[in-house]
Amino acid sequence: MTGFPIVAREDFSDTTFLLEIHHPAMARASKPGQFVIVMTHAEGERIPLTIADFDRDKGTVTLVIQAVGKTTREMQDICRAGTELYGIVGPMGEPSHIGAASKVVCVGGGLGVAPIYPQARGFKESGAYVIGVVGFRNRDLVFWEDKFRACCDELIICTDDGSAGIKGLVTEGIKMAVEAHSDIDEVVAIGPPIMMKACAETTRPLGIKTMVSLNPIMVDGTGMCGGCRVKVGDRMKFACVDGPDFDGHDVDFDDLMNRQRRFKEDEKLAVERWSETCRQRALLENTDGGG
Amino acid sequence: MAKKKTIRSIPQDRAPMAVQEPEKRVRNFDEVALGFTAEAALVECERCLLCPEPACVAGCPVSIDIPGFIIKISEKDYRGAYDILSDSNLLPAICGRVCPQEDQCEGVCPVGATLEPVAIGRLERWVGDQAIKEGWSTRPYIEPKKFKVGIVGSGPAGMACAADLAKAGCEVIVYEAFHEPGGVLRYGIPEFRLPNAVVDAEIANMKALGVQIECNTLVGRLFTIEQMRDEMGFDAVFIGTGAGAPRFMEIPGETLNGVLSANELLTRCNLMSAGKFPDFDTPLHLGRKIAVIGSGNTAMDAMRVSLRMGAEKVYCVYRRTEAESPARKEELHHAQEEGVDFHWLTAPTEILDDGEGNVRAMRCVRMKLGDPDESGRRSPVPIEGSEYEFETDMVVYAIGTSANPILGQTSKLKLNARGYIETDETLATSMAGVYAGGDIVTGAATVILAMGAGRKAAQSIKEYLSIPDSAAVYSPRTDSLDDTLFGIDLAERNFAPLRVA
Repeated sequence: MTGFPIVAREDFSDTTFLLEIHHPAMARASKPGQFVIVMTHAEGERIPLTIADFDRDKGTVTLVIQAVGKTTREMQDICRAGTELYGIVGPMGEPSHIGAASKVVCVGGGLGVAPIYPQARGFKESGAYVIGVVGFRNRDLVFWEDKFRACCDELIICTDDGSAGIKGLVTEGIKMAVEAHSDIDEVVAIGPPIMMKACAETTRPLGIKTMVSLNPIMVDGTGMCGGCRVKVGDRMKFACVDGPDFDGHDVDFDDLMNRQRRFKEDEKLAVERWSETCRQRALLENTDGGG
Repeated sequence: MAKKKTIRSIPQDRAPMAVQEPEKRVRNFDEVALGFTAEAALVECERCLLCPEPACVAGCPVSIDIPGFIIKISEKDYRGAYDILSDSNLLPAICGRVCPQEDQCEGVCPVGATLEPVAIGRLERWVGDQAIKEGWSTRPYIEPKKFKVGIVGSGPAGMACAADLAKAGCEVIVYEAFHEPGGVLRYGIPEFRLPNAVVDAEIANMKALGVQIECNTLVGRLFTIEQMRDEMGFDAVFIGTGAGAPRFMEIPGETLNGVLSANELLTRCNLMSAGKFPDFDTPLHLGRKIAVIGSGNTAMDAMRVSLRMGAEKVYCVYRRTEAESPARKEELHHAQEEGVDFHWLTAPTEILDDGEGNVRAMRCVRMKLGDPDESGRRSPVPIEGSEYEFETDMVVYAIGTSANPILGQTSKLKLNARGYIETDETLATSMAGVYAGGDIVTGAATVILAMGAGRKAAQSIKEYLSIPDSAAVYSPRTDSLDDTLFGIDLAERNFAPLRVA
């Protein structure tokens, strides 16, 4: 079976990197808000990653990945331009509803900055006034500023230490946007669950519709296993086929965060083992090179 | 002339078949039922009475010529037996292992009225295994036609349809969402019931017929059914996506860590090799005391996989009794031997938190059987005041599935009230040239029914594309002219029109 070629790789920091994958059919079919499930090799696990960009002319889809656990660290190590992914399937999930909103705030935090990009671009293309709010820890971690400026009417950069843009979390950025504009129709927020929860709580008293994109653990991604089930209102929904977008004011974020801790011990073991493997490999390379 | 067989002259007991012992087999994933030896197969064939009107053929969902292949085995023409089998059923090694024969061929075998029925399933499995061992495959001469057919789903329905259409000369492409083909045969049925090597062998047979399989393709999202017909040049499409969405009970505590569907447990173990974590990356994080809700085949598989993965205790919790359990009898029997603790007439009411978001215990209520419901089975009714708590750290739901939503979301196919694809008696859907069969039409059922549906849809597709049916040409000659037009069989569709002076 042939793999899926990685045609470009860019590193934004020592944990965040970008992969551009050649897949013309997927580039044609992708819509904002959708995701893929990826396998690095035959012994790998299946992990969901949001499609951060797609280029229908070039025939590529782009993923932005943060190396936190074993699989993403391994990808950071071995997925270079010129290599192949063992498996990638998508685009999955219901596309984001880029509908009638005429003024929208698109909020991305940390890694969520990448997945919010196609939504911001989509809203812009549909004629909306787009206010982008993107959050990073500090200026060294800022990426894609030019891409966002190209599709946002206003861009508010937030950094924890104030080294770029305003000092504060993205919720500060939302407050700024809301103070300046009284006619915001919708807020779209993507990032770690705790961030999305904070954004939803910021907009709840203002009564502004807030859509979030949920990222539970997944296996098949086609609605068959139920592992990605989330509580929305009083119903149970599957993030992979009913989502990944849901109304942030109805989502039970605490439940989502609890379920993301399902494999905490196994993940710790896997990371330790991977670190050990890397350490052994580095030792071997040193002794060979030294000689 | 051979002496006619009677119920008293045939071997009274079934030929013995080796089975792994329970204590040994709960620690490995090797096959439990080890299959006949050649000698045992020959003895078992002697038990067939060769009925003049074989009920077993009618009892088989794909009408295999059962007495036919049994006679061939008796004559030691094993290749001949395989040829007869594969005429109706391309996957004998699979069906012999997983069909519920007790409800099908063996259930109507007249020998079963007094003794144990002829072990038809074991004989089929034996022939299928010989074929894999010897590398037999039936690749007849195939005359290529100019038609291209797309098959959505590489499970039993899709594969059966693909094989028939490939034999009819069509270019066949099978699309599979997972990274490996086989569908439920791969991710659902565990290794000790259906080894992956058998699934691989049958898939290799399909590829030898010219079928192309494209994995990592989610039809509906990567491209739609409409696009397949309108843009991608497919003359016909068969949908065999199966895989329903797992049902939960909507009782409190279902989102706690440690609660999962049987589909998720089986996919992690069978497809993603979670048993080999951390050499393989997918974890399972098995509990010590596993409670499986449900008692069908999926539940049995979940229980027995849990035992093999190292659970201390595995419970089956089912609201009715053993008599109402829909599982294949052999699997239920094996599960009992392997030490599963069965709690019949019991239903969960709440799953309890350990304070950190994990399962600590389950609250259950005892049931009694009341009046029958619409399905005719007696309805379970809770017994007031019989609640009790049950220590468990993993709860697995195997209570059935509902329709997978993706095709409904992405195409204009007409669905029925329960969300399954609506078809007529030829398995045609509401879109011209698009057919569907298996679990996505009927709801959760069996491998053999899915295969039967795939074959039936292939027949419908051949008619839709006006491909002449070779079965009509070679069907047995009848001496009367009743079903003919001037002596030409009515079933033969593409004969040239006769000009009568």
